[in-house]
Amino acid sequence: MMQRLECLRAIYSHLEDCLVVTIMGAVASELQSLGHRPNFFYLQHAMGLASSTGLGLALCLPEQKVVVFDGDGSILMNLGGYSTLARYRPKNMVHVVFDNESLLSVGGFPTATSTGSDLEGIARAAGVPTTATVRSLEDFTRAFEEAMQRDDLTSIIAKVEAVGPKGYVTGLALLENRFQFKRHIEKLKAR
Amino acid sequence: MPVSLANSRVVYDALKKCGIGLVSALPETWLVHLIRMAEDDPAMILVRLAKEEEGVGISAGAHFAGVKSAMLMQNHGFLASVNGIVSFAQLYRIPLLMLISYRGHFGERDPWQTQGGSATEPLLRALGIPYGFLGNPAKVEKQIAEAQTLAYSMSHPVALLLTRDLMWEEA
Repeated sequence: MMQRLECLRAIYSHLEDCLVVTIMGAVASELQSLGHRPNFFYLQHAMGLASSTGLGLALCLPEQKVVVFDGDGSILMNLGGYSTLARYRPKNMVHVVFDNESLLSVGGFPTATSTGSDLEGIARAAGVPTTATVRSLEDFTRAFEEAMQRDDLTSIIAKVEAVGPKGYVTGLALLENRFQFKRHIEKLKAR
Repeated sequence: MPVSLANSRVVYDALKKCGIGLVSALPETWLVHLIRMAEDDPAMILVRLAKEEEGVGISAGAHFAGVKSAMLMQNHGFLASVNGIVSFAQLYRIPLLMLISYRGHFGERDPWQTQGGSATEPLLRALGIPYGFLGNPAKVEKQIAEAQTLAYSMSHPVALLLTRDLMWEEA
């Protein structure tokens, strides 16, 4: 089974020119372990709202590619947000859900995707125009690269192993990240 | 419908004057005219939500993008947004301008609104969210501008409660 860290590593070079929003916990920690950039914002709480944040960014900055790294536990807390995302269908947003079927950072309690809830089916039924479920690194990389080229909203459900880093607290302060991210966008807009 | 069209216009014009470029909303009776005005305004990004808490994320994204926003919701929508307000807007110091219809207060005839009415102000105080009341249409423009000023200088959510006096005209 593929691991989230491998997935992030495989596509890391594509993240240079877009705006990236991640959920809390393993995703934030692992992306930072590959190298933080000023265009990465880690939403280290408010589970469910990473996709909504991406939607706000994508609607306000239609020329910018926005990538959201979501998780099964987080998106399950905001399934209504999937319908909002599909309703506004930002053409510049790529939505990746790392689905490890588990609330890993609190001890690995299984989520509803472990008993059959199908996030791609939910995304499709909500109206997301392009969706995929991927289980291998090759398929993930291809799906992500295609989504980055596509001029439409895509949701990729990446089935990954329920393993993560040893710890979740990183050296990057939440507010430092937040202000740096906003300043990065101000510079982009001034170009 | 006895929702005041004239005063909804006063509120909407005040939001425009403050440079609001995005409004998130979940319809409720008192907000219908305001939402229609946002819908009819080609310069306004209107995001219709499934649940109000999404609006916290959307407004944060808009703030990062340099776009001023406002959230339109009922006080029950505020209750439904509390985790997002605390663990995003407060944790990350995001200026949020929340316009909250103050249902369930004096004059309320709908029994189902009453419990939320009683919880609204105590919760705003518990969260340390500065709030005021929009009641007199002559003061609305100044109050909205001042609320927005504080939201930005404090980098924090602020709330304006849309009162029955402002929003409702008895038939």
